[in-house]
Amino acid sequence: MRRYLSFAAAALATIGLVYTLDSRQVLPAPLGKLLSPQHGIWQNAEPANQSFNLNLSFPQLSEPVSVYIDERLVPHVVAQNEPDLYFVQGYLHARFRLWQMEFQTHAAAGRISEILGPGPDNRILNYDRSMRRLGMVYAAEQSVKEVEKSSESLSQYQAYADGVNAYIDQLTISELPIEYKLLGYFPEKWSLLKTALFLKYMSYDLAGAESDLEFTNARATFSQMDYEQLYYFLADSLKPVIPNTVLNPYPTAPAMNLEPPADADSLYFSFMNAGDTVSNVPENKPNPENGSNNWAVSGAKTASGRPILANDPHLSLNLPALWFEMQLTTPEFSAYGVTFPGSPNVIIGFNEHISFGFTNAGRDVKDYYEIKFKDGTKSEYWFNGEWKKADKRVEIIRVKGQQDLLDTVSYTLFGPVMYDDTYRADDQAERYLAVRWKAHDPSNDGRAFYELNHAKNLEDYKAAIQYLTCPGQNCIFASKTGDIALTQQGVFPAKWRRQGDFIMKGTDSSYMWRGMIPVEENPRMINPERSYVSSANQLAVDGSYPYYTGTEFPIYRGYMINRLLDSMQGITPQQMMELQMNDYDAKAEFAKPILMRTNPASLNESARKYFDLFRNWDFRKAVGAEGATVFEFWWQQLQRSVWMDEFEQTDLMMPWPSEFTLVESLKRDTAYSFIDNISTSQKESLEDLLAQSLNLASDTLDKIAATTGLAWEKVKATRVNHLLKVITPFNRTNLPIGGGKGVINATAADHGQSWRMVIHMTDDIEAYGIYPGGQSGNPGSRFYDSFVDDWAAGKHYRLLFMKRGTTSDPQIKWTMEFRKG
Amino acid sequence: MKFIISTILTALLCFVLGLYLPWWSIAIGAFIVALAVHQAGWKAFLSGFIALFLLWSGHAWLISEANEGLLAKKISLLILNIENPFLLILVTGLTGALVAGLAAVTGSLARKIV
Repeated sequence: MRRYLSFAAAALATIGLVYTLDSRQVLPAPLGKLLSPQHGIWQNAEPANQSFNLNLSFPQLSEPVSVYIDERLVPHVVAQNEPDLYFVQGYLHARFRLWQMEFQTHAAAGRISEILGPGPDNRILNYDRSMRRLGMVYAAEQSVKEVEKSSESLSQYQAYADGVNAYIDQLTISELPIEYKLLGYFPEKWSLLKTALFLKYMSYDLAGAESDLEFTNARATFSQMDYEQLYYFLADSLKPVIPNTVLNPYPTAPAMNLEPPADADSLYFSFMNAGDTVSNVPENKPNPENGSNNWAVSGAKTASGRPILANDPHLSLNLPALWFEMQLTTPEFSAYGVTFPGSPNVIIGFNEHISFGFTNAGRDVKDYYEIKFKDGTKSEYWFNGEWKKADKRVEIIRVKGQQDLLDTVSYTLFGPVMYDDTYRADDQAERYLAVRWKAHDPSNDGRAFYELNHAKNLEDYKAAIQYLTCPGQNCIFASKTGDIALTQQGVFPAKWRRQGDFIMKGTDSSYMWRGMIPVEENPRMINPERSYVSSANQLAVDGSYPYYTGTEFPIYRGYMINRLLDSMQGITPQQMMELQMNDYDAKAEFAKPILMRTNPASLNESARKYFDLFRNWDFRKAVGAEGATVFEFWWQQLQRSVWMDEFEQTDLMMPWPSEFTLVESLKRDTAYSFIDNISTSQKESLEDLLAQSLNLASDTLDKIAATTGLAWEKVKATRVNHLLKVITPFNRTNLPIGGGKGVINATAADHGQSWRMVIHMTDDIEAYGIYPGGQSGNPGSRFYDSFVDDWAAGKHYRLLFMKRGTTSDPQIKWTMEFRKG
Repeated sequence: MKFIISTILTALLCFVLGLYLPWWSIAIGAFIVALAVHQAGWKAFLSGFIALFLLWSGHAWLISEANEGLLAKKISLLILNIENPFLLILVTGLTGALVAGLAAVTGSLARKIV
């Protein structure tokens, strides 16, 4: 009996221990599963001398495909036909970036709580709800339908998905990317919908930003005069992407009637109407700094006589990086550049004939309409004098460790009613706000990249970009034959001035978009006299363009690029790379005469020291620049001193004025009406505020000086975080790099140049590029962050553009052979 | 002699099982060896413990050396809150050792019943 008892006790203890080490019920992590050298995280520790040579066979292939992998782990894929090419592209994306591909599409689809749980204060769940209610999955479904209409696109996307799934199918537990092991879940099969979701995520990131609810609050708070002073959008130093010139004029009149609705003056432009506000503005928004620089100079300006094209998209900096470098070759074309893991094609790059790149147009294509429902069922809404039926879409949100959440969203002819009684825009009033978003409209935007990969000349470029509807982009182009071009491409609503800046009436059609701007009226510039084209997210056009293009645009990067390009001649690729790293702060230059009005006698001792630091600063946001830190904190404090008293009249969230507003307002008028602090009885002057704000900023600066020191890069502390952010050992932090908001090298704390590219259109194409990451998504690989330090040092790599027919190169280290079988 | 043989056998069998089965197959391996090669309970425990300590820490150490400690540094920081690859290797060895030791005791006790 005792024998049986001790056996049972030992058996139970063993099973108990195995259970403890296999689950998350007792310990926070399943230590046995994770630490088993044959199964767990050790299997993700890639040998430093890992070989990537492989021979693989798949029944889906029709011909052999060779993949030459260079020393930076960039695959150069050579296929005999396109289905094989995109199959292998999908396979390689999955091989190196599977976890990220799936995580990003889960983020797009509002499925993060499924893997991470609801989060503290339901933060993650609220994020998922916001994406669902915005109609992200609906939008992706719309674009799948559109892709299915084109047999070429369908076969391309299907081949890509098959390639991803071919990798997933043969994946063993031990080969699972480490994030799946740490979080305890498994990859799903890839599908067309996932690729569509990924591309919709880019639409969200680039064309999903607006501050319409916040502007509605500002309208309720300020008089029209104050509002126009705080939120004017035609900056004095604006150099529009496409100037209105005699040779390249804007359309003179809109293609449709753009008179504001008859009741606009009383209803829409109802300033200081305290009732019309929203207390809960969106928590989750795309980073407002998402933007980019691009420019192309024609042969007339270069040393070689050939064009040079440059592009650096500014996005959130993450590991694994958004980008994956590749070369794609078939008998028809050979394209090189950065690809999106999750989508076929090269997204930004070049081929044997042309180069192409993008910056964000930033036009407001997302507006809100106030819906009146018949009753609490939200099944009928009032429109043009009758009750109309609303569609219902039930979103099933799975939540790790909890019951599923069923979220019902009503769809109107404006779009999904994102805010309602269950997802409230305002704590007091029940408001039903439908979103009209261009990204909901059916489109096959991915086709634009496919066509650009194949383009041979200017005409091909013009045809290719027609597929781009949303997000609107400044599409730049240069060809070997000497053409340069820039088009602000997209399908944009034709709006009257300030249409959509505030919540609009949704009970009839009077405030609806009247139509889309005819595509041929989009701003464009082809081979201009000034011999260059450029864009940096500034307004594409000035006030003479007959359509309203929205508000909230940065201007200083565009200003600096044009100022420097105007004076440059005999340009080399080296100079273009240096221009991408330019850290000159034009705003500081403009602000200096204002700041120098400070009376040193009104400054305290440490403020005087900082005043001297600023005075002797050369306007460069460079590594080591202490003046840059002083300017940043002083200017922020000055803005608060000028405006905070007006903004504190209410608890409501309102947009902070643009980066240029204060400097330009003070340049125009040193008696700017906002200078006076409305909560004090005396009348403040600009000089009072200047001294007061530097004295205040000095306290902060003293603290910084005592900890990290004042060097700009230390204060800015640029980092490249792993997508999950919380696994801190996977992050790279405190990178010593200059730049920042408002300068050409727009590298801020966790946002900036996500890819730097310079292409010299010589016979062999002389190409340079780098991104802050590495080709492998595996934190256990030396290729996980192998570009980060060189990126921070401001370097570019010379890109290996393998010529057709070559099968080796000193830089090629490994070969993967794919065969039918 | 018996002790050494059973230790080596345990390590070998657990490794082979691990090629086909999940990580907890080490418990099966240690159990079977202890059942087949009879030893006193405490000896069986030690034999399973040492076998898996050596197998898991040795294997982890080999992997980590080839990886130049890159991942172990990150994971030790994550799990143990200290950047120390050797500590992670030690914890790995002890985790496997504990499971195998207990499973071996169970095997030795089962033998007594049979």
